[in-house]
Amino acid sequence: MRPILECKRLTKKFGNFFALSNLDLSLDRGQIVGLLGPNGSGKTTLIKLANGLLVPTDGHIMINGMAPGTATKKIVSYLPDRSFFSNQMKVKEILTYYADFYKNFSTERAVKMLDTLEIDRNARFNALSKGTREKVQLVLVMSRDADLYILDEPIGGVDPAARDYILQTILTNYNENAAVLISTHLISDIENVLDRVVFLQNGQLAVNAAVDEIRTKYGKSVDALFREVFKC
Amino acid sequence: MPWNLDNDRPIYLQLMERIQHDIISGVYQPGDKLPSVRDLAVDAAVNPNTMQKALSELERCGLVYSQRTSGRFITDDASMICGMRKELAQEHITLLFKQMRQLGFSDEETLEMMKQSLKGENNETDS
Repeated sequence: MRPILECKRLTKKFGNFFALSNLDLSLDRGQIVGLLGPNGSGKTTLIKLANGLLVPTDGHIMINGMAPGTATKKIVSYLPDRSFFSNQMKVKEILTYYADFYKNFSTERAVKMLDTLEIDRNARFNALSKGTREKVQLVLVMSRDADLYILDEPIGGVDPAARDYILQTILTNYNENAAVLISTHLISDIENVLDRVVFLQNGQLAVNAAVDEIRTKYGKSVDALFREVFKC
Repeated sequence: MPWNLDNDRPIYLQLMERIQHDIISGVYQPGDKLPSVRDLAVDAAVNPNTMQKALSELERCGLVYSQRTSGRFITDDASMICGMRKELAQEHITLLFKQMRQLGFSDEETLEMMKQSLKGENNETDS
């Protein structure tokens, strides 16, 4: 089967700075992949390229064999690393907005998750705490039947209990045909739900291996390996 | 409630051990149907593919078997479970003696101390 995401010699330059250089990477469906790396290693650049928010300087990136564009936005559900709603909107208005935008959005699923998290649908978005806003956005993103979920720092601002719920949400909502790409610094929190991890370093691939491969080979967790590889 | 897993060993191995332990300790009875891979994965808070791998390995050892349409079941072979239970007990004992030797006790001394501590426990329950 065709990989859901494929990069070939992918390069992105900002001025003279190489944010990504010659990156070859391919993600298969049915996998949950951790995108890890220190600050400034190119994670968000890669994610923005995958979503068509940036264009490559050189090489290419394909989503299900297509260059990022309207067609790929239908099958990619993207959680950016910042808030993307008008603050004046109510949660229920945001739901309608999403249902309007995306054919594969399930309002029912979103409502169920919001209720479990005890989030008031009549609340205005700007009246919610930072963590709650993050939860709302993740609920929206996971309520789509997408082929690829790209989550940029989904658990950074939420409390540990909500973190567990969010991981559970990811586990229960993705299907075998979909892939999930999660970028985060909280490795030990998500390590157990990942199939594999991709380490980026200075815009290049440093490690691309299955979690259990790393544990078998090094006798240590991905978190411990990360601390070793990127020791300051 | 996520399962308690160590950080330094392969996850699928630990899932195998946990399920094996649940079978031996009677959480699952011989012939019982196992929950689906997805449900087990969510319960353990682990990746479904990793859970799948653990179950396939258990299948390979014969502890569980799958029926094409109806799911996975615990073996009906009670003697196999019994054997595994003894094996696990043996491992615990070997480990205990090893740790006691590291503390400088001979096996005989360890045995004597175990008897004493057992007596103590009995006295406590008597009183």
